[in-house]
Amino acid sequence: MFDFSVVTNWIHGLLVSVMPLGLASFVECVLIGICIMLMYAVIAMIMIFMERKVCASFQCRLGPNRVGPWGLCQLFADVIKMLIKEIIVIRHSDRFLYNLAPYIVILGSILAFACIPINKGIEVLDFNVGIFFFMAASSIGVVGILLAGWSSNNKYSLIGAMRSGAQMISYELSVGLSIMTIVVLTDTMQFSEIVERQADGWFIFKGHIPALIAFVTYLIAGNAEVNRGPFDLPEAESELTAGYHTEYSGMHFGLFYLAEFMNLFIVSSIAATVFLGGWMPLHIAGWNGFNQIMDYIPGFVWFFGKAFFVVWLLMWIKWTFPRLRVDQILHLEWKILVPIGLANLLLMTVCVVFGWHF
Amino acid sequence: MYFVLLIVVVLTAITLVAAALTIARLISPRTYNPQKGEAYECGIPTRGKSWMQFKVGYYLFAILFLMFDVETVFLFPWAVVVQELGIMGLVNVLFFLFVLILGLAYAWKKGALEWK
Repeated sequence: MFDFSVVTNWIHGLLVSVMPLGLASFVECVLIGICIMLMYAVIAMIMIFMERKVCASFQCRLGPNRVGPWGLCQLFADVIKMLIKEIIVIRHSDRFLYNLAPYIVILGSILAFACIPINKGIEVLDFNVGIFFFMAASSIGVVGILLAGWSSNNKYSLIGAMRSGAQMISYELSVGLSIMTIVVLTDTMQFSEIVERQADGWFIFKGHIPALIAFVTYLIAGNAEVNRGPFDLPEAESELTAGYHTEYSGMHFGLFYLAEFMNLFIVSSIAATVFLGGWMPLHIAGWNGFNQIMDYIPGFVWFFGKAFFVVWLLMWIKWTFPRLRVDQILHLEWKILVPIGLANLLLMTVCVVFGWHF
Repeated sequence: MYFVLLIVVVLTAITLVAAALTIARLISPRTYNPQKGEAYECGIPTRGKSWMQFKVGYYLFAILFLMFDVETVFLFPWAVVVQELGIMGLVNVLFFLFVLILGLAYAWKKGALEWK
């Protein structure tokens, strides 16, 4: 299987041969930063294009098709448009918090993005408490959203931010509980280790019924946590103009938009990593020939395939179901998903303790 | 090493936002118009301040969230070692979850989970 650490070791050797070790480490850190930034921006652009095309086909439309072949240049046109718009700061806003909010939202999303193992050897933050860190990092975003709504001095923004805060913190519980069922199964929280354990079968197959319930719960809760799909009432266009980012314009708004799409990608790729095996190819125990053929497909192809499959699934849900009301959202979380999550955690523990899993 | 990487990632995030905003500020036009500085509330002039009291319901859910989030903090270490603990781990966590579910049931009964 393709191991990316060969490439990183080669770059490290090359740098050390021409400069002292301290400088080489610094250059590597800068390279890592540039790579994260590029990946972040490119994936977000692909996601925005995909969202438009997917929603167009679900609504029997064509989507962007004028700029370039199949509308592919629409991506760049959008970025340039966002850059040349004026950044307006309204008069009665709280300037400091207003400018701080995009930083916090992007910080939370990039910290979570850096945890994702893309291939064997491509994982920036691979802590032994990886899943715990991921959950902590992804919940920083809600602070940014609350700040954005509060500092705008606009009633729509405030209502949107409050709804968003209540929704995001509530659904974080279900995200935590459903990932915890898989931690019970694996007894590790390190992402690279979790992927390695799925070499002889993905956890959604190994954990059978409890893992399947956890996967569905995770998809619902993750979709709600990124404020999308039927749960997009923090920025319900028809009621609140644009929710917490009503007063943001130009690139300020662009950063919120970027973070929203990237959070969708992050949620999907964590679902792909934890439940569907991440970069691990599809292996069936006993079928050695089949397993070897699957190993020829590089890991990042598997990873992106699975992640974008989950993204597509969430987009399908978004463009199919009508928006929920705030009381329905809280009812769904606290009276349905949390009890299911707790019961499922116990079920998984019973399965693990008595060895009823593969 | 991981701590260094953590700092690198944090700095990357800050640089990304700062760079994007700086480029946008450099190349975007800037004109002044007093109406631009007003809050957008669908064309109607805004009344008073928007920094006001909000619904207490959000606060109740925040408190409930706190209870369950601390529970997650305690359950994650347990989840890592449950395979070694075996049946004892299962029995012990049942007591913990029982107290927790009791709390949820109390909040449910009291109507704290209703949105009024």
